[in-house]
Amino acid sequence: MIAIVDYGAGNVTSVKRALEHIGRECSVTADSAALERAERIIVPGVGHFRATEAFASTGLGAALEREIAQGTPVLGICLGMQWLFESSDEAPELSGLAVFRGRCQAFPVTVKSPHVGWDQLEIGGTSRLLAGLSSGVFVYFTHGYAAPLVKETVARCSYGAPHTAALERGNLFAVQFHPEKSGDAGLAILENFCTC
Amino acid sequence: MLSKRIIACLDVDAGRVVKGVSFRDLRDAGDPVELAQRHSAAGADEIVLLDISATRRGRRTALEVVRRAGRELFIPFTVGGGIASLAQAAAVIEAGADKVAVNSAALENPHLIEAIATRFGSQAVVVAVDAKRRRDGSSWDVWSASGSRPTGRDVLAWVREAKERGAGEILLTSMDRDGTKAGFDCELTARVSVAVRIPVIASGGAGGAEHFACVFREGRADAALAASVFHYGLGSIRRLKHLLLEQGIPVRLPC
Repeated sequence: MIAIVDYGAGNVTSVKRALEHIGRECSVTADSAALERAERIIVPGVGHFRATEAFASTGLGAALEREIAQGTPVLGICLGMQWLFESSDEAPELSGLAVFRGRCQAFPVTVKSPHVGWDQLEIGGTSRLLAGLSSGVFVYFTHGYAAPLVKETVARCSYGAPHTAALERGNLFAVQFHPEKSGDAGLAILENFCTC
Repeated sequence: MLSKRIIACLDVDAGRVVKGVSFRDLRDAGDPVELAQRHSAAGADEIVLLDISATRRGRRTALEVVRRAGRELFIPFTVGGGIASLAQAAAVIEAGADKVAVNSAALENPHLIEAIATRFGSQAVVVAVDAKRRRDGSSWDVWSASGSRPTGRDVLAWVREAKERGAGEILLTSMDRDGTKAGFDCELTARVSVAVRIPVIASGGAGGAEHFACVFREGRADAALAASVFHYGLGSIRRLKHLLLEQGIPVRLPC
């Protein structure tokens, strides 16, 4: 069973439907105990960084931290990825989980913001999550802040400046784009996560 | 590179696509979900479902369509038409839409933009603007109520305000070009695109591939929307995208 963490930041329904479409059982939950029982965990999210406050106030953050430490496969999507960094300029007063170093920053003024639409992945190195996909593949992004490049980055996107589009470390995976809204390429990524 | 988006718009009345369609192998040419899937397979980057139902019952049926579309569509889709409150926006998003388009209600009550953006994020709020050129040609006015009522507001001022209030994208329709197949209003689109730093979707006037190329280049549009032209004039979105790619315009080709 895949647990989709519902912390009130939207798009849980579309993630659930995409998983159902590829034949994976999943349930939406806001219960820390359900995360312990889950084989895999997806942390979706879209919207303002402030929505991640719910992690701290509900104990979900601590539960997720435990699962990440134990090696349960976890996939963060969009805000669910940014929250794994130290902080975001979108809500500087809040802290992220700081699994990855650095802070998420606004786009340079030379480009429109938010970054909305289908953009290309520049895949570097080997990635279990992106297995079968080639550099240049288009996926759907919608975000106003971007995560820095880190040594765990496996795909970047160059919009304004290069930023992390996907990263992985052991069984922890995260993507800035929305695999549940990225057509066949996105469904392939979700399928990869389910078999990682 | 960020691609230019081609958005297919379906006008839905009481759960059925109005405006004729000519796909021969569709089981049901009036079913919005089947058509939307068809567009998605042909390479549409996004789907807009515009509910033009005049009755409450028709709108309830439309919500059912949104629910079904959410189960079958794995590209972004926006729902617009008559959304007048946060509760209505929430119902549509909870049914499966990724974004809502607001128009007349946002003009009457601009706080609606803030309310939806605060609850669901700016990326979920598309502000639709119906623009008509003033008689003297100097600027454009915003019209409301499906383009039947002039508001006296200046388009550029309104899109700036909408952006400040939390709009994530602007869906800009040229009333002068809508239905003419004479091409998008590139001048209007460019003015709006420069006025706000958020993405602008051009609409109204699509007739041929050259119109899309023009609105992406001269109009600086981030996306272009059309409805019937994908059924008649242009063959399919796939062909349109190949033509645009030949002209050096970045588009995403379907798998």
